Amino acid sequence: MSGAGLKIREELLRRIQAHGVETYPHECCGALLGRDGDGSREVVDLLPLENRRNDSPRNRFEVTPDDVRLAEKTAGGKHLELLGWYHSHPDAPARPSEFDREHAWPWYSYIIVSVQKREPRDTTSWRLRDDRSAYDSEAIESAAHSATP
Amino acid sequence: MAVKVIIPTPLRAYAGKQESVELQAGTVGEALNALTTKFSELKKHLYADDGRLRSFVNVYVNDEDIRYLQKDQTRVREGDIISIVPSIAGGARI
Repeated sequence: MSGAGLKIREELLRRIQAHGVETYPHECCGALLGRDGDGSREVVDLLPLENRRNDSPRNRFEVTPDDVRLAEKTAGGKHLELLGWYHSHPDAPARPSEFDREHAWPWYSYIIVSVQKREPRDTTSWRLRDDRSAYDSEAIESAAHSATP
Repeated sequence: MAVKVIIPTPLRAYAGKQESVELQAGTVGEALNALTTKFSELKKHLYADDGRLRSFVNVYVNDEDIRYLQKDQTRVREGDIISIVPSIAGGARI
């Protein structure tokens, strides 16, 4: 488990889970917007995005570079940072796959929600190690309701 | 030619915490080579083991994707801005 946890309000976690249910049996995806600094990281807003992977959306997702730039611009417009990404694993555990690891950068937080038979199950967060060898689990901490975008 | 490479936030820790780096280069490939020579820790996050740019790493010169130009042979001019933008990909199974 990595050192600092990821703070996020319950309401935002529920929105991520609801997005995974909405797109089931396909994977959903979106951006995590928030603040990072002094060993503390908090997601305060989400940007749901379209899964651009049309050939195998049940076990793949893709956010295009244009959507990444849109997410950066959206974060900047709210004086926030683009902290990472979320996606769902339909009928699969909320653990990063080898494919996830090969297509990641450190620093970003990657939230994964497992959706089993249209029901949201585990929700986890992960950070890629500096040497790209593996992911470390990042504790999800419930944030106070006062944090707003 | 002096060009500026914008460092994406996740990779700034490997580039002296800088938002951008100015380099001398004649092509995009030369600029990225100079960048990863100066900041060697960046290399593994941009390039796969076979020496090619990772499939999810996209490079732009003044907002033009180099895949639609001359890739790493794309010529750069004084003052050009090179951006590195990931596509985000993943999924449940191999």
